Amino acid sequence: MSKGFTPSPATPAVITANDLRQGHCVWMRDGGWTDDPREAQLFEDEAIAELALLEAMAQGTLVVGPYLAEARRGPDGRPEPAHFREAFRRRGPSNYFHGKQADLGSSEFEANNV
Amino acid sequence: MFDARPQHNEYLRHRAQQFRSQVERRLNGSLTEDEFRPLRLMNGVYLQLHAYMLRVAIPYGTISPDQMRTLALLAEKWDKGYGHWTTRQNIQFNWPKLIDIPDMLDALAEVGLHAIQTSGNTIRNVTTDAYAGAAADEVADPRPYGELIRQWSTDHAEYQFLPRKFKIAITGSEKDRAVIAAHDIGLRLRRDDQGAIGYQVWIGGGLGRTPMLGQVVREFLPEADLLPYLEAIIAVYNLSGRRDNKYKARLKITVAERGLEVMRQEIEAEFLNRRAAFTGVDQDYLAALKGLFAAPAFREADEGDYSARRADHPAFRSWTDTNLAAHKAPGYVSVKVTFKAPGQTPGDASAEQMRLLADLAERYGHSDLRISHDQNVVLPHVHKSDLFALYQELRGAGLATANAGLISDIVACPGMDYCALATARSIPIAQEIADHFRARDLEEDIGRIDIRISGCINACGHHHLGHIGILGLDRAGVENYQITLGGDGYDIPAIGQRPGAGFPAEEVVGAIDRIIDTYLELRESPEERFIDAYRRVGVAPFKAALYAADA
Ligand code: HEM
Ligand code: SF4
Repeated sequence: MSKGFTPSPATPAVITANDLRQGHCVWMRDGGWTDDPREAQLFEDEAIAELALLEAMAQGTLVVGPYLAEARRGPDGRPEPAHFREAFRRRGPSNYFHGKQADLGSSEFEANNV
Repeated sequence: MFDARPQHNEYLRHRAQQFRSQVERRLNGSLTEDEFRPLRLMNGVYLQLHAYMLRVAIPYGTISPDQMRTLALLAEKWDKGYGHWTTRQNIQFNWPKLIDIPDMLDALAEVGLHAIQTSGNTIRNVTTDAYAGAAADEVADPRPYGELIRQWSTDHAEYQFLPRKFKIAITGSEKDRAVIAAHDIGLRLRRDDQGAIGYQVWIGGGLGRTPMLGQVVREFLPEADLLPYLEAIIAVYNLSGRRDNKYKARLKITVAERGLEVMRQEIEAEFLNRRAAFTGVDQDYLAALKGLFAAPAFREADEGDYSARRADHPAFRSWTDTNLAAHKAPGYVSVKVTFKAPGQTPGDASAEQMRLLADLAERYGHSDLRISHDQNVVLPHVHKSDLFALYQELRGAGLATANAGLISDIVACPGMDYCALATARSIPIAQEIADHFRARDLEEDIGRIDIRISGCINACGHHHLGHIGILGLDRAGVENYQITLGGDGYDIPAIGQRPGAGFPAEEVVGAIDRIIDTYLELRESPEERFIDAYRRVGVAPFKAALYAADA
């Protein structure tokens, strides 16, 4: 499981949570939240990540259950999920074209992230 | 048909209003998530992978056409156009927004539906036979008892903080179609030598991490003693159930640790105390409920062109061969509408399909609909003369798949596609298996077989009870599937056994294929079902076929 993960330069992480009002997956970027997993901030330093996580946890009227999830730096430098659970959270279910894959919708997103 | 609305609407509206105010307080920060979570769970609201999930109870699986239309409305207006039937006769909506859920609960309340006690450590939806009130072999209709239990247990102060969730199932026939052995309490309606109704009482069944079959704690409990006896069981559990470890908190563990005899003595002692407090009002009420569940006015008519149509239309004939069940009234049958068409997510129903079923139930089915625990829908009372017309309308909506009880009628939980607790996916595995055997054109030849898939050890897909069970696991970041064989929820309750190591996702279909080929080779006749052949020969040939390369 990706929860409780310790980031390092070799194994970077993103901070992710669910949006309180809508329930959908969100990722931390510059202390705020983005719906687009490609825009997430990558953490490679444990201390910085821990601080950011504390900041995320203080935003309890915006998000639910923030945690550090292992990620990889993709070919374009953007984060990619390291575990299939995070791949589903990032994309949406595999039985319908629903969720992030439909919301963000580009074929590029599909091709890069399955 | 029974209609709970007059008694309940006011209460349900009140509960929805209460939840609306809790949501408001969560959003403005006066409730933290830790404070809010138990409150939302009391109203059937989970937070899953991609969204909130709302679980709506369908009491003992019985639903009326207008209630069905309300489910369609919820799917369309606040979700993505569909809902998912579950193995506990509920429906789950996978995409609502928290801010919309109070409106959804209001809409449900208007037709007497709700999400109360569909989660949390309390008595969950009472489940029963989807053919209740219709089955030819029925001792008595189990639904009045289900309704009595529901009304007694809903919001009952003593049952809001049980050690763990608590599930009750009740079957009205000697043949169990409610899997009573896999519930905390299972009840089987029976008659004694004098013809009086009573119950065989089972306790301590449950699946999940430690699957166990229930045991009979009382061979015959007289009809009038139902509520005091249930109270006694739950009182004993409430006191002696483990609260130190949530994985050991189910009644099944308490029964296993303390022994059936100890439990029985304590239950009987408590029962004597409790019974004194029952004045008989519950029995008057039960009598009234029985009246409300009275059978519809069945038609006396001949079969019309039913036999001729069967002779002319092979597709209609095979649908009638698989999807019908014997009815107590002459000329009638019960129809199972499967939600397992090719490519379909098992148990998903679109808003249009729900509306069509509501219409068809009004036109051909005495306005009665049931959700079955194999994630299908039953029209319990259809006259044979209407079957062909019904079939054609179902076919037009992709709902006439002739596969009830066959290999593509797979039970699958949402798995990693939706569920926050999942360790692997279930839906695509179910779809691949169904597609594979359709492509091999073997479905009819294989005959009755029960495949069940769960995406984690919680066993929502009842995999332990599948003739072939599949459990999705995470092995070092890769989806892996453990196979179990020989489970049975119906005839002779049994928990499936593991023949050996699991398989990566891309090898599951091949593994199932080898199991099926082995069965086809060794069965004594086409009438010998997979489970019967398995019981006769044991695991060895299947194990050999599964792990041939390792030998
Ligand atoms: C996606 C949301 C769901 C969540 C979070 C969830 C959660 C759970 C959990 C935690 C358990 C284990 C409880 C225990 O053994 O103490 C469980 C068991 C179970 N759930 Fe679910 N479930 C979900 C969906 C479903 C669905 C879709 C079905 C039916 C298809 C279902 C039916 C069941 C059943 C039958 C059990 C076995 C209970 C037993 O006998 O021990 N659940 N669920
Ligand atoms: S079995 Fe596991 S994965 Fe499937 S619905 Fe239940 S909790 Fe989720």
